[in-house]
Amino acid sequence: MATMAMRAHGAERSAGFARSTLAIAGRTVRKFFRTPQLVLVGTIQGAMFLLIFRYVFGGAIGVGGLPYVDFLVPGYVTTGVLFVAMGTATGVAEDLEQGLVDRLRSLPIPGAAVLAGRALADAGLLVWSLAVTIAIGFAVGFRTHGPMIDALAAGGLLVVFGFAFEWAFITLGMVAGSPQAAQGLALMVFPLTFVSSAYVPVGSMPGWLQVVAEHQPLTVMVDAVRALALGPAAAAVLDHGAAWYVGRSLAWAAGIVAVFAPLAVARFRRG
Amino acid sequence: MTRMVFGNEGEEGTMTPTIEARGLTKRFGRTRALDGLDLVAEPGQVVAVLGPNGAGKTTFVRTVATLIRPDGGELRVAGRDVRREPAAVRRSIGLAGQSAAVEPAMTGRENLQMVARLFGLDRWAARAASGEVLERLGLSEAADRLVRTYSGGMRRKLDLGASLVGRPRLLLLDEPTTGLDPRSRIELWETIHGLVGEGTDVLLTTQYLDEADHLASRIAIVDRGRVVASGTPEELKRRVGRNVIEVRVRHREDLSRAAEALRGLDDGAVRVEEATRRVRVATGAGPEQLRSALGALGAAGVETDDVSLRSPTLDEVFLALTGGGPVGPAGRAA
Repeated sequence: MATMAMRAHGAERSAGFARSTLAIAGRTVRKFFRTPQLVLVGTIQGAMFLLIFRYVFGGAIGVGGLPYVDFLVPGYVTTGVLFVAMGTATGVAEDLEQGLVDRLRSLPIPGAAVLAGRALADAGLLVWSLAVTIAIGFAVGFRTHGPMIDALAAGGLLVVFGFAFEWAFITLGMVAGSPQAAQGLALMVFPLTFVSSAYVPVGSMPGWLQVVAEHQPLTVMVDAVRALALGPAAAAVLDHGAAWYVGRSLAWAAGIVAVFAPLAVARFRRG
Repeated sequence: MTRMVFGNEGEEGTMTPTIEARGLTKRFGRTRALDGLDLVAEPGQVVAVLGPNGAGKTTFVRTVATLIRPDGGELRVAGRDVRREPAAVRRSIGLAGQSAAVEPAMTGRENLQMVARLFGLDRWAARAASGEVLERLGLSEAADRLVRTYSGGMRRKLDLGASLVGRPRLLLLDEPTTGLDPRSRIELWETIHGLVGEGTDVLLTTQYLDEADHLASRIAIVDRGRVVASGTPEELKRRVGRNVIEVRVRHREDLSRAAEALRGLDDGAVRVEEATRRVRVATGAGPEQLRSALGALGAAGVETDDVSLRSPTLDEVFLALTGGGPVGPAGRAA
């Protein structure tokens, strides 16, 4: 213990942004994989809803010129991003309640790193859950129709969307006040995902609802993924080319980060 | 309000105080959590901030930890202003809160390594520092188990460890033993004692007088956002400086008569405890007062089971200084 006493107290040092972000992200990832309930529940839930849509509702939903499974899977994995991100709100609220955030705020690290670490880790966990859902998608008959490179680009887009939505849910978790409230508030993803082009064509909805569905970010994101994954076959359900959807969806993602990241950081600093 | 300053005035200027709070204020809505709090802690001291729930203890610690920005007044930690140089303050403190802020899904070692990395230590140094802290806290054996499997006391120790891996100059402990069983509590006390021996300054908050008495060289009693008394534990007991006569009556219905009889004894307030059939009164001089107390009780025809004369406990000192109670200056206006 002599070494300890001799070394200077609180030397002029601190971890930089990158190192802090990684250290904090590491904790979130470990927590996920060491909590079997989280891994299992997420996976089972994802599989269950996909199977229900594919086999229960699927037969009743006509999408014109395209097998429903091909229409559904891109929409399903895109909205799946939000369902994964929901957990972030609860996780952040828990960290606040349990004092972990206080500990981190009392350390000599950039405040934004705490949140960036969370967003990074959860975006990473998203890759895991996307891989699972996509594999199930293929298992129930989904096939891509475009070039491989486009399908991979679609996967990349999903991670970008996930990262963007993470910031919205981090903010939600910080203002909710308790994990239970955060979970409740996060349920707003249900109207957001259902009133979109994810599971049914927007054209089948009443006129007033079409207005909502067409102008919310998820629809354009779903369609971007669809356009890339289905290639020429997408023309049956989409009016524009892939570039049109991809550009707009990326703009939405950037907008979401631009609004929520500063909000979350400001809230974090205030304590 | 007189300013309460710890430490020897003659030494002023030779060393930067660890904590220097002057007229510190903080409001939450209409509540004044800190209402002109003054406190100076010199290097080498363990200072206990003692007070009831809602007195402002936690707000004060959180302000020192830069988690809360004060509204007014001045607060310097190791010479750095908490508002202007929060980053510098954070480098010199370690915080352990009321709840154990450790990750249950990581091992004890991983928890400490993460915090060490956040303090800027490289991988190797973080590993070394965590190992040392685990050993010092007696957690080496459990180090590679998930914290999920730890007992409450072990978690609290690990939390303390997390505040140590950065080798802070000042350790902030917010109610470190609240909710622990007596044995874990004493173990944690011993750990804190050990740290102090190695030259870490400590600011701790507590609701327990015995904890303050046991750990601290200086006690600041806080009530309604300000320091109402401060000094060494002995000084505080001396300041109140009055003895207590305690009477246990045989029949409950005699309680009010006993209180009446003792009221004439001195100017001290009389306190009646229905449940235990006890009446307490603070007195100035000792044995003579005891004799007159017995006389007064006899004259009133009160039968007693037990009569005793003793010096005040810290509990009574505390009550006296924060208002009300059987000892010392008759209670403040509420």
